[in-house]
Amino acid sequence: MSQQGTLHRPMGVSLMSSKEPLLRVEGLKKYYEAENDFLSQLLGRSKTVKAVDGVSLEIGEGETFGLVGESGCGKSTIGRTILQLEEPTAGSVYFRGQDITKLSSEELRNLRTEMQVIFQNPHSSLNPRLTVNDIIGEAFEIHDIGTESERDTRIKELLERVGLNASHANRYPHEFSGGQLQRIGIARALAVDPDFIVCDEPVSALDVSVQAQILNLLEDLQAEFGISYLFIAHDLSVVEHIADRIAVMYLGEIAEYGTPEELFTPPQHPYTEALLSAIPEADPRWDGNRIILEGTVPSPINPPSGCKFHTRCPKVIPPAGYALEQDEWRAILSLRTRIDNGNIPLDQFSGDIATAIREEYDIPDTIPADVDRILSEALEAVAVDDFERASSMLDKELETPCAVHNPAIRSTANGQVACHLFDDRYADGTVYPETTREAN
Amino acid sequence: MALLEVEDLTVRFYTEDGVVKATNNLSYRIEAGEHFGVVGESGAGKSVSSLAIMRLIEDPGVIESGEIRFKGQNLLELSAEEMRTIRGNEIAMIFQDAETALNPAYTVGEQIAEAVRHHMDLDDAAARDRAIEMLDSVGIPDAAERYSDYPHQFSGGMQQRAVIAMALSCDPDLIIADEPTTALDVTIEAQILELLEEVSETFDTAIQLITHDLGVVAEFCDRVMVMYAGHPVEIAAVDDLYYNPQHPYTVGLMSSIPRIGDTRDRLQTIPGRMPDLIENPPGCNFHPRCPYAEDVCARREPPLVNVETGDPADPINSDSQSAACLEHTGDLLEGLDYQVTVRGTDESTGDAASTDGGVSDE
Amino acid sequence: MAPTTPERTTERGRIRISGFDPDVVASREPLSSWTPELEATEGKGRLEYAWERFKRNRLALFGTGVIVFMVLLAVFARPIELPDSLPVLAGQVIQPFSLAPVSPGTQDLINAHNPPTLENLAAWPPSPLGIFGTDWAGRDLFSRVIYGGRWSLSIGFIAVAVALFIGIPLGSIAGYYGGKIDEAIMRVVDMLYAFPFIVLAIAVIAILGRGYWELVLALVAVGWLPYARIIRGEILSVKENEYVAAAKALGATDRMIIIRHILPNAMAPVIVQATLSVGTIVLAAAALGFIGLGLSPASAEWGVMLNVEQDSIARGRWWAGVFPGLAIFTFVMAINLLGDGVRDAFDPQGDRTGSGGMR
Ligand SMILES: Nc1ncnc2c1ncn2[C@@H]1O[C@H](COP(=O)(O)OP(=O)(O)OP(=O)(O)O)[C@@H](O)[C@H]1O
Ligand code: SF4
Ligand code: SF4
Ligand SMILES: [Mg+2]
Repeated sequence: MSQQGTLHRPMGVSLMSSKEPLLRVEGLKKYYEAENDFLSQLLGRSKTVKAVDGVSLEIGEGETFGLVGESGCGKSTIGRTILQLEEPTAGSVYFRGQDITKLSSEELRNLRTEMQVIFQNPHSSLNPRLTVNDIIGEAFEIHDIGTESERDTRIKELLERVGLNASHANRYPHEFSGGQLQRIGIARALAVDPDFIVCDEPVSALDVSVQAQILNLLEDLQAEFGISYLFIAHDLSVVEHIADRIAVMYLGEIAEYGTPEELFTPPQHPYTEALLSAIPEADPRWDGNRIILEGTVPSPINPPSGCKFHTRCPKVIPPAGYALEQDEWRAILSLRTRIDNGNIPLDQFSGDIATAIREEYDIPDTIPADVDRILSEALEAVAVDDFERASSMLDKELETPCAVHNPAIRSTANGQVACHLFDDRYADGTVYPETTREAN
Repeated sequence: MALLEVEDLTVRFYTEDGVVKATNNLSYRIEAGEHFGVVGESGAGKSVSSLAIMRLIEDPGVIESGEIRFKGQNLLELSAEEMRTIRGNEIAMIFQDAETALNPAYTVGEQIAEAVRHHMDLDDAAARDRAIEMLDSVGIPDAAERYSDYPHQFSGGMQQRAVIAMALSCDPDLIIADEPTTALDVTIEAQILELLEEVSETFDTAIQLITHDLGVVAEFCDRVMVMYAGHPVEIAAVDDLYYNPQHPYTVGLMSSIPRIGDTRDRLQTIPGRMPDLIENPPGCNFHPRCPYAEDVCARREPPLVNVETGDPADPINSDSQSAACLEHTGDLLEGLDYQVTVRGTDESTGDAASTDGGVSDE
Repeated sequence: MAPTTPERTTERGRIRISGFDPDVVASREPLSSWTPELEATEGKGRLEYAWERFKRNRLALFGTGVIVFMVLLAVFARPIELPDSLPVLAGQVIQPFSLAPVSPGTQDLINAHNPPTLENLAAWPPSPLGIFGTDWAGRDLFSRVIYGGRWSLSIGFIAVAVALFIGIPLGSIAGYYGGKIDEAIMRVVDMLYAFPFIVLAIAVIAILGRGYWELVLALVAVGWLPYARIIRGEILSVKENEYVAAAKALGATDRMIIIRHILPNAMAPVIVQATLSVGTIVLAAAALGFIGLGLSPASAEWGVMLNVEQDSIARGRWWAGVFPGLAIFTFVMAINLLGDGVRDAFDPQGDRTGSGGMR
């Protein structure tokens, strides 16, 4: 990672930078062993999935912090790691100034009354064999709160509070609809009177009208009890509605932080911009400019070097010194990613392989002569199956900071962004020699 | 004659707990090349109505009455054999869960080639070529190479593309897509919708898109049917539906979606939830949740009527906006009272852009 | 009054709906007596539903009836006295009934209790005196068969119970904790599985010798394997449920999580397997008895009875082999009917369809 220039302390702007926030996450990492086959295990060549790769954030009292991103980008892992349901690989989680990654299991158990969680799937988040009474009352049992009758009263209160009928306490989960189950899940979380709740896609499985009911309920509870939420969702319009600040994630890292207004005001991180533009607008005469991203999120086992978004970024910075148009550069870079990964099925091409490749991967024929020459040379190497030479040739000649330096989070006029476009040192395509390209 | 005409379709499920009235007197039509949306919440009968078109309703379900005319031919009268040739050849279906729509034991390519061979009478090599062509046309990179990949090697979005390729392999005239993007990320959803758009344009394929997402409907559809508790409650051209909704349920749906740029704190949503279709509320099914309900709503079942004239609607022959609310038959005392404002429209004339929902009598 | 169609725009969120007020619904009197019912009218758990489905299954009920009947026969076959080893109560009769006309050891029923001699040692065909006839030693087969249930059935039930007692904890630990523990337990399971069942049982008996508890042990030595395997697999999937994570987030201990959240939801297939394997175990015990590795040849265990009458059919004494065989057959049939019934009762396919809640 490049470290020159001013590094801004993430999320220190909009909130009290002097006062300790309710929750502070610093450099959180969570790596998993990938599913390794027996042989690679034997040879010690295990692969790691970097589900969360250095995330920092702060959540204040009574605040709702939204976390969005595509599926598999590590949103839920962050939630679970903050709650210590999974052990972080690195990094710290401070709750009221105390690093909870270092707590003993007894201390952690006591902390559980302050941090709670609400899950996505209302059907699998409640034990089908327990009555509603048992489900909500479990917290009292675990923490030995109250007498039998006090517990009963409290459960009734909770049920009424989340909009259910108290007389339903003796029923089983399968007798309720999805929205009602979600309310029971909320009541369970509220039972211990928490100050912080991780809401992991709490409305994704619900119908629009029920989704709105639950969102309203969560907001009412926040107003009443001053609870802070980490609100995880893939639906940006839901997050925009409920969150005070939002972080956009891509492949285990945070691409951009900001308030909803900041996030929706250009200029944004190119990923945020694309994500926003993809949200369908419930207005038939809306003609927003759709940015369609190529392909899908790369595998977190072998993430792209530099900026992880560079394999799909529609604004990826062209190499310095060439007069390349954006679409030309995008096409060339995508082809280069293929060559780097050895992902060109040579046996599928006939005739002049170089020409066929250009055609297959939509390389525009308008590219400037100097670039074209480099490309031709590389394709010749590809044609004789020498991917390594082609790859190193392209890497050397057509360098972009996006593929070399991992952008650090920096403050901009609106929000904090991890993108070289917002960094004068890189915006013209300069690549700094002292940082070497990370191994692929 | 439209491509598809569904008339008075009624489907029931005879379950242990009672009779599920999944669709009631459903009528609509789809023109060639048209994008027809079916919206509603879970359990509204959207999937059942589309399965009925394919005659895929299984025990304990029964298509009780109605006609499904496809190119003038009543599908309900065809033999099982004839129906099989229609399925896939002329009407194709895309499901929400692409992974289960593909057989995990065969490669994606083989499955498409199989469909091609089955419907187009090609030999193996030709079928293979056509399959690769199809994979390529739905935007799967390196189609020739991915031909021999198994479904689990595809991502969710690519699986859905493969399913679309399979649906397209025989040039259907109608594609029924049941929540094709619900399981996908927005970025992938955008790709798939663009693909469907492109496909229907090139081949003049009509698409019946079932979804609960009002954003997707607005973007993709020409005309829309809103369903509630097995009943069609509003049928309208997409512009009318969004700028001038005429049924309180449609209005409630639109007001419960969080919209980007809308800074109001609370969402005005529909209270309660949909009945289970076994024991429906009397009169208007929506009355226990409708803010405008009056005594008459619990007694009289509102017919689907043309909102301009109040005459019984004819969704098969006419394009006019129709809704099933007693307001439009003149039976409500108080009328409906909601406003739809479109920011930036005719701002100069004050709030002229606002549409008074209570249309009929005032 | 149709509204003017709005211009095209790139701006989001310009449509605004106002006046749709949900509070009206909450504050007004309901317009009709219709109320949004919960999906089921009574509060019933999964187990109760399973029980209801089971009750509707005639064959399973028939099987249950047969088993209960056979157990009762065995219990009431002869009076039960407390063993002499007990201090005060020694020799007390706790079950005075006696359905079997004579004690299973009584020889020469027909010849009126004469002491056995070589001449009167004769098997008699079924007759009003002994409806199943007598065996080679002149013992009343009817009495022996119903009394023999005490051996065969108790071995079946006890061996399964002990096997569950071993298999479930081991499988649970393997499934819940995973990693090295899992690896270790499951390799032992695999290893034991590699031996043919009967070979292992024979080996155990060869080491321990013959006898009731030795036989049970031999059957348990292999009997616990399927339970460990099944429960481990179930737990692997059940523990992914979000309610397990929720319990962890509430601070529940591992023990609580396993006992309260995981096991109850993982047990159904084990219960099915256990029911079915009572039959297999009875068969296996009989098989061991038949090859002479079961209980002592004098005992009335059904397999042993078959063993000592191996050549009976060839000698024309069909009854001596048929009745013990029939007893085994009836019991195993009945337990299989019961087991199938249990499986169907737990099968979610039989669950109520048509829930309107989830997409
Ligand atoms: N096989 C079946 N047996 C019994 N009832 C059924 C069956 N299939 C559907 N139903 C019932 O028919 C009604 C309509 O279901 P349908 O699947 O069409 O709803 P939908 O609008 O597609 O909902 P979703 O948004 O959840 O897909 C529901 O009440 C459902 O429970
Ligand atoms: S750093 Fe480069 S690749 Fe990454 S988002 Fe910015 S422009 Fe795109
Ligand atoms: S008929 Fe009555 S209850 Fe039904 S939608 Fe119209 S106003 Fe509401
Ligand atoms: Mg459906």
